[in-house]
Amino acid sequence: MIEIKNLHKSYEMGSSSLHVLKGIDFSVADGELVAIMGSSGSGKSTLLNILGMLDNSDQGTYDLDKIRIANMDEKKAANYRNKFLGFVFQSFNLINYKNALENVALPLYYQGISRKERQVIALNYLGKVGLKDWSSHLPSELSGGQKQRVAIARALASNPKVLLADEPTGALDSKTSMEVMALIQKINNEGKTILVVTHEQDIAEMCKRIVLLKDGVIVEDKKVKQNIIKNV
Amino acid sequence: MSSLKKIFDRDTWDEIFESISKNKTRTIITTIGVFWGIFIYIALAGSATGLENGFDDAFSGLSKNSMGVWAQRTSIPYKGFEEGRQPLFRLNDVDKLKSRIPEIEYISPGLQAGAFSGAPPLVTRGTRSDNFNVFGNFPVYAKISVIKIFDGGRYINEEDIKYERKVAVIGEGTQERLFTEGEDPLGKYIEINNVNFKVVGVTKFSQGSGFGSDSDITIPYTTFAKLYNRGDRYGFMFIAGYDYVNPNYLEETVMSNLKVLKTVSPEDDRAFGSFNIGSLFESIIKFTKGMVFLSLVVGIATIFAGVIGIGNIMLIAVKERTNELGIRRALGATPGEVKVQIVLESVFLTILAGIIGIIVGAFLLFVINIGTSGLEDFPFTNPTVPLAIVFGAFITMVTLGTLIGLIPAERAVSIKPIEALREE
Repeated sequence: MIEIKNLHKSYEMGSSSLHVLKGIDFSVADGELVAIMGSSGSGKSTLLNILGMLDNSDQGTYDLDKIRIANMDEKKAANYRNKFLGFVFQSFNLINYKNALENVALPLYYQGISRKERQVIALNYLGKVGLKDWSSHLPSELSGGQKQRVAIARALASNPKVLLADEPTGALDSKTSMEVMALIQKINNEGKTILVVTHEQDIAEMCKRIVLLKDGVIVEDKKVKQNIIKNV
Repeated sequence: MSSLKKIFDRDTWDEIFESISKNKTRTIITTIGVFWGIFIYIALAGSATGLENGFDDAFSGLSKNSMGVWAQRTSIPYKGFEEGRQPLFRLNDVDKLKSRIPEIEYISPGLQAGAFSGAPPLVTRGTRSDNFNVFGNFPVYAKISVIKIFDGGRYINEEDIKYERKVAVIGEGTQERLFTEGEDPLGKYIEINNVNFKVVGVTKFSQGSGFGSDSDITIPYTTFAKLYNRGDRYGFMFIAGYDYVNPNYLEETVMSNLKVLKTVSPEDDRAFGSFNIGSLFESIIKFTKGMVFLSLVVGIATIFAGVIGIGNIMLIAVKERTNELGIRRALGATPGEVKVQIVLESVFLTILAGIIGIIVGAFLLFVINIGTSGLEDFPFTNPTVPLAIVFGAFITMVTLGTLIGLIPAERAVSIKPIEALREE
């Protein structure tokens, strides 16, 4: 599904430049649930942003579902993001003046799907994350866990190939973190490829594979026995 | 281009209405600038028109391109004539002048006793008497100066001229002094220098309509000439040009032609006296034109300031919404879609504010109109704004709104989505 070869990325910081990714080789198969771990500054978020086509790499290749992602203009990148990728952020990033249903329907709007159809699909995904009854609530009327579930529903709404989650539990307490991770496991079990960036060991252990980043290189890449969450 | 198609897409507008209606404070602050601009503009332009109409009304008593000319005394000897001669006009000069100057519509020769020609004669009726100016006029005079006659009466007519009838048209002031209150003067007789005249009409006096007072008496020209033994000579005439004629040009042309007709030196500026209503009126027209222009400049400038205000607030709004726009782009909004949304929001707000401004401005003018309609001496009538000007202001607004919207729109997409998402 994802094929990365010799990926480099540096940021210009005034006169000096900061080499964040120093040659990453990495591939993800269909249906995997991968945790990308590392301390802050290890380059894990940068890697996720490049995977999410939110940022460009300096060197190396990136193939997503056998499509070469390179030198894209913003318009093409936007269309690819819309079709292939779903995002879940640490700070939820819901639009605060839109209710839960409208937030979930937004990626479908950019796909040009009609209003009626959008609402049907969005409601279906809200049901999937257990928030059907909360569809008309604004983000400010939802708890953190509920917000993140809305965000997950939104990420799923466009039926993407890959779900990218950047510290999805970073802003949540441990109980709600469990709920959110249980949801992620459930979606993964239904066949969706998911990448989770985290710096928490217990969260990483709920995935099927852990990739450890340190100073811009992968130092460890291992399959783990998944810690399956029950009875949340 | 797909972003062009977006403009007519209902979903695009739904998004815009949502964003506008759910950020009320921002929307209101944004629109106040343009609302105020267009409101001031409409109010100013309307007031200027009202003033113009008001002056128009005040001068409605006179043909705007009419002039008066009278014989004085020559100051330069010319072609064997000595200086100090009074170059009096003759009745056949009327046709001569008309054939020489095709721009002339009417000429009204006039004789007068009193005013600027001797002492006003004594007019008596029974035990009442007073001195009034008496004019001898042709019916054509009524075409140059608007004469309002009270019900039942009439002005001098061609029959009066032909038969040298002893009839008189008196002013309302004359009526007051010679008749008792409530008495109908029509058909009654008054004595002018011991000659009986039958009153056939009473004129309503209106400010600015002509040169006389409210108590002038007009009798047929021919009667006057016979009574005072003037023959076909006269010393004063009114001339009116067609509507298209420039009054200053008319005055100059009449003067130069008269000099030729009456054998007066072309350099002699004292042989005839003259004035024209046009130059008087013109300065007022210039004033109101200036007002209209001023309102245009002030109005456009205010609209401009208002639109710049919208641009400013949109810039702030874009900054405020960086995160939202970042989310939208992460979810698949292309830069074009984001730009279209921001420009359309800007244009929509401009139009909305403009329409409210036009409505409120028009309402203010309506109120002013009602408030001033009873005031006689305040020159303010029917304050309206021509549709073309409203339309022009509207086009200006929309154009400026679009252009100014481009700045925040460009700004919105210049930030990478990843940076926009980091913004909280």
